[in-house]
Amino acid sequence: MNGTMTCWQALNQALDREMAADDSVFVLGEDVGLYGGSYRVTEGLYAKYGEWRVRDTPISEGGFTGLGVGAALVGMRPVVEIMTVNFALLALDAIVNMAAKVPFMSGGQFPMPLVVRTPGGVARQLAAQHSQRLEHTLMNVPGLRIAVPSTPQDAYWQLRQAIRSDEPIVLLEHELLYFEQGGVDTDAPPPPMHRAALRRAGDDVTIIGYSRTALLAEQAAGRLAKEGISAEVIDLRSLRPIDWETCRQSVEKTHHLLIVEEDCGFAGAGAELAAQLGERCFHLLDAPVRRHAGLDLPTPYNGTLEAASIPTPSSIAGAVRRLLDGSAPGDET
Amino acid sequence: MDRNTLIAMLRDMLLARAFEERAAEEYARGNIAGFLHLYPGEEAVAVGVLHAAEPSDYVVSTYREHVHALVRGIPPGAVMAELFGRRDGCCKGMGGSMHLFDRDRRFMGGYAIVGETYPVATGIAYAIAMRGLPEAVICFFGDGAVNQGTFHESLNMAALWKLPVLFVCENNRYQIGTEIHRHSAVTEVYKRACAHRIPAEQVDGMDVLAVHRATRSALARIREDTGPQLLEMLTYRFRGHSMADPGSYRPRVEVQAFEEKDPVTVAIAETLPSYPTPEQIASAGPDNIGRLTDHIHRQGHMTPDQVEALKREVGDTVEAAVAFAAASPEPGMEDAWASLNANRGREVLIR
Repeated sequence: MNGTMTCWQALNQALDREMAADDSVFVLGEDVGLYGGSYRVTEGLYAKYGEWRVRDTPISEGGFTGLGVGAALVGMRPVVEIMTVNFALLALDAIVNMAAKVPFMSGGQFPMPLVVRTPGGVARQLAAQHSQRLEHTLMNVPGLRIAVPSTPQDAYWQLRQAIRSDEPIVLLEHELLYFEQGGVDTDAPPPPMHRAALRRAGDDVTIIGYSRTALLAEQAAGRLAKEGISAEVIDLRSLRPIDWETCRQSVEKTHHLLIVEEDCGFAGAGAELAAQLGERCFHLLDAPVRRHAGLDLPTPYNGTLEAASIPTPSSIAGAVRRLLDGSAPGDET
Repeated sequence: MDRNTLIAMLRDMLLARAFEERAAEEYARGNIAGFLHLYPGEEAVAVGVLHAAEPSDYVVSTYREHVHALVRGIPPGAVMAELFGRRDGCCKGMGGSMHLFDRDRRFMGGYAIVGETYPVATGIAYAIAMRGLPEAVICFFGDGAVNQGTFHESLNMAALWKLPVLFVCENNRYQIGTEIHRHSAVTEVYKRACAHRIPAEQVDGMDVLAVHRATRSALARIREDTGPQLLEMLTYRFRGHSMADPGSYRPRVEVQAFEEKDPVTVAIAETLPSYPTPEQIASAGPDNIGRLTDHIHRQGHMTPDQVEALKREVGDTVEAAVAFAAASPEPGMEDAWASLNANRGREVLIR
């Protein structure tokens, strides 16, 4: 079953595989059944597995995510789809106070094989309430694991790995990546779920991104190469835990680090990355770590302003140039 | 009702009362910290409901759950040790008073965010229904919890998919210090269930026999796959919301204050720790334990001497529980990490 497919197809096949292999796996969320999922991720599964295993829920994010927690406590493997991460704000109690804490508070008595899948990020003029990310909040919760797949290959394997894990895992997907194509090898053994991937080797600067910004960083690196700047690109693939060693090894080689995130820079994921890598790599760095993030601004509806509020390949390249020539940061954060 | 069940229920109610009063003492001594929410006054609910349930049923409870845990069969020593924060507590000291869990006894936890018990219970019931098992989930909550969104979200889903949940409202009339008529437009909780087509009734929660009877028939209906049921137990907590709350906003205390005509006495009383004494509690209101004891006497099941012997027995049990807790070691940080990573297995996360 190798070949080229989109992210949504990869996720769909991952679900199908796991549901076929284990009848304790079930999917629930808004419009995941008859409708086939807002981004087609659950297409065809309702017909194949029936309503109990592909459950259309009412619009009750807190209630049905908590339902997933309850089912996981008794050994089921629920995959909760929250239509967009913006709605996950209504489910934070179930994720943060319940899923992440019950195994711990019970002294380790209960499994929590819960997967929460939710797309987020700035898409196409969806306005401020539909253009957010939530990693900064979830990263601060011990007991949770967070994967951020950027390619169909990672989407396929990280979802399968998440379903098989007995720990609660949030998959933060990106709305603009569902229809991106990529090769998927369903036979090769996947890397560990939370290991970072070296997407492009380089010598002059390390660019760390995740989810869509990892792809943007690769494009930026392509532009920089034409100018004689050799950028190394790391796709984190995971935000909790974080593969610090892969990052450190890269900085050891390049001595320069730029972190790219789509979310607002203030107290965002990049702040933790910059702080930890600053501590871990202080003596390896020739310049302070810099971040290039979304503006501290609710996302504007206007398309021109929206595009200008988040990193692009061109803005990432600009941030790299300023980092390397020592000029003042632009509006990176 | 048969004699053995009656005596078992009386024993559990006496144990519950003695355990909680002792917990209050241990709190005052500094052996128990944090928030401690006690159950005196409400014993008939936990005892009546859980004696009507099967061991294969699941129980989801709130932060006022010591007695639910005890009646479910968690050893008193393991509960007290958890209150003490010790390693031999039922959660190794990681949960404390508000977070008692026991997987083997299907005691699915004490939840301390108001309104969390509904979705947890609904999820367990979903798993039961998916598997076609004859089990049910008992979901406890207070009157103050019925205005959370999860109440309506979960009742809707439970009814929609005919899930085997018995929703049990412990209506003690107070949401901490806010009386029910000030927090709910509809003060009869059971009436709200009709919005979700869930059969519901109001029960005298001070009468353990009524509680037991109502629970048995509700569970029987649930096991016929008719979907969820809701019972509203009218009860009363004799103490404040927690040990941090003397409960001084409440009418009974107001009434007592009015009865104390001497304003100096009232002033002195105000300066003293105002938790009611066991004697005050025993002399106040329709005590559910007293009612069951009277019933057992009238039925000729036990003599007053035998009831006294039962009290001594549960007193010894509580004494032993405290000794067990006091002797248990403190957990180490390695226990905390082990609890956090208990589900990691052999999974390799990074390398």
